[in-house]
Amino acid sequence: MLPFLKVEQVNKSFARGAATTEVLRNINLTISRGEYVSIIGHSGCGKSTLLNLIAGLAKITTGGIILDNREVNEPGPDRAVVFQNHSLLPWLTTYQNVKLAVDKVFSQSKSRSERHTWTMHNLELVQMVHAKDKLPAEISGGMKQRVGIARALAMEPKVLLLDEPFGALDALTRAHLQDSVMQIHARLGNTVIMITHDVDEAVLLSDRIVMMTNGPSATIGEVLDVPLPRPRKRLELSSDPTYLRSREAVMRFLYERHRAPSLQAA
Amino acid sequence: MTAQSAHNLVADSLGSPAAAPAAARSPDAQVIAFNPPRAPLGERVWISAQGWFAAIVPPILVLLALLFIWELAFSDPKSSLPPPSKVWQDSKDLIVDPFFVNGPQDIGLGLRVMTSLQRVIMGFGLAAIVGVLLGALVGQSVWAMRGLDPIFQVLRTVPPLAWLPISLAAFRDANPSAIFVIFITAIWPIIINTAVGIRNIPQDYRNVAAVLRLNHLEFFWRIMIPAAAPYIFTGLRIGIGLSWLAIVAAEMLTGGVGIGFFIWDAWNSSRLSDIVVALVYIGVVGFVLDRIVAGIGHLATRGTQAT
Repeated sequence: MLPFLKVEQVNKSFARGAATTEVLRNINLTISRGEYVSIIGHSGCGKSTLLNLIAGLAKITTGGIILDNREVNEPGPDRAVVFQNHSLLPWLTTYQNVKLAVDKVFSQSKSRSERHTWTMHNLELVQMVHAKDKLPAEISGGMKQRVGIARALAMEPKVLLLDEPFGALDALTRAHLQDSVMQIHARLGNTVIMITHDVDEAVLLSDRIVMMTNGPSATIGEVLDVPLPRPRKRLELSSDPTYLRSREAVMRFLYERHRAPSLQAA
Repeated sequence: MTAQSAHNLVADSLGSPAAAPAAARSPDAQVIAFNPPRAPLGERVWISAQGWFAAIVPPILVLLALLFIWELAFSDPKSSLPPPSKVWQDSKDLIVDPFFVNGPQDIGLGLRVMTSLQRVIMGFGLAAIVGVLLGALVGQSVWAMRGLDPIFQVLRTVPPLAWLPISLAAFRDANPSAIFVIFITAIWPIIINTAVGIRNIPQDYRNVAAVLRLNHLEFFWRIMIPAAAPYIFTGLRIGIGLSWLAIVAAEMLTGGVGIGFFIWDAWNSSRLSDIVVALVYIGVVGFVLDRIVAGIGHLATRGTQAT
């Protein structure tokens, strides 16, 4: 397949006064259209920084990112982000939160009633129509994250960026939401990049898993293909040899070859 | 629900990928509204009546006690200040009818308060608009803050009345000068609180705005103002309080028909009872102004507390 998103020779360092810290070194990554790619690594390895670079929320120090033949250098709705802590605007209802994005992105291309229909369609996609007039404070964490996903999907992004989207949720809600994301991915065929630190989540959802070494100067250590057929079913996978092999490979990378710095000291 | 059945539920709603969007919602995941049981009407009325009773009775009792002590303390005919009974005798017309008109300078206190309020609304309204805009600038731009903040910090310590002579010189008229004094008094807390509110806007909201590519105007209206609203209203509440303090003092010096000048006039003609009544008016109006701004703030900032 043609490379859809290309991260080439990207370095990122932060300067604080005279001291500069290199966070990412020599990142190279090619992602095809419709692929689901997870980025996994210990905390502090710069995986969120990499996502922010792709989103355009942080500036690349050297190197370049090309999405669909255009260079990425500022944020935009073609790279919608689902933030870890949902980031819904608390003074807007769930409907208004999604509508704000729809109104902004489709101000020219859709009529008023089309924008309303599109907003409702995306709320339906994440099964949140029943709470469309609720404020974010009135719904649960899992529901907020659903609305965050609806808002991102409503922008019709070329690539959907998920920044530890299930990190703040309890295990049952997380499983439910993972299934929802799998369904949506199957239906819409989005290109997705997801940051995670959960091995099972990465193997369950991804076509490929990008494993990062520890920072500072983190880079991509290994890329693992997950050749599991879709649709994937959580329960059937728990004894599937391919699933177990993939899972073990990630675990070996994270806990044998690139242990967390705090664990190495112990 | 077992994990298996939960899984089936999800699989059902997954269905065929090409299904209409409505099919994405599984039929057995219906949402049923939860109506908490409500107490019968009579009981609710009784409970809220008890609440009112508890809120109103203690201040009334204390007020009566204070009036009683005041009456005792100044009941001597030679005492320097009038007791409540004498205030009532002397100024009954002022207390009973706030809106009488007996001539150009003999009008009810309600009408005088209205005149003062007009000035406050003009000055405070201007201060609110300019203050929020300047506060947004200072909160948003590091360079604006570096340049303007020291100047604000010095100017805000200047007492309201110190501005009066210079504004009289500039405007050559009492009314705009009084309005300017209100403006310059009320604006500092509004600027400072707005700036703090805007500096405290979570990075998440800025990221959302960046991804959506909101322009400056959209960012101001859709993100900045609602996110900083609790801070802005704190500034507005302090501002309206200071405005009301300043207008009485300014009117004492500029004259006219305001409540401040009435006090000064009453003092010059030794009508001490009238002064007492005017003080009560000023206090009550100041209290009401504060409550109004607080109420608007409460309505406007519903839901802005992030979770």
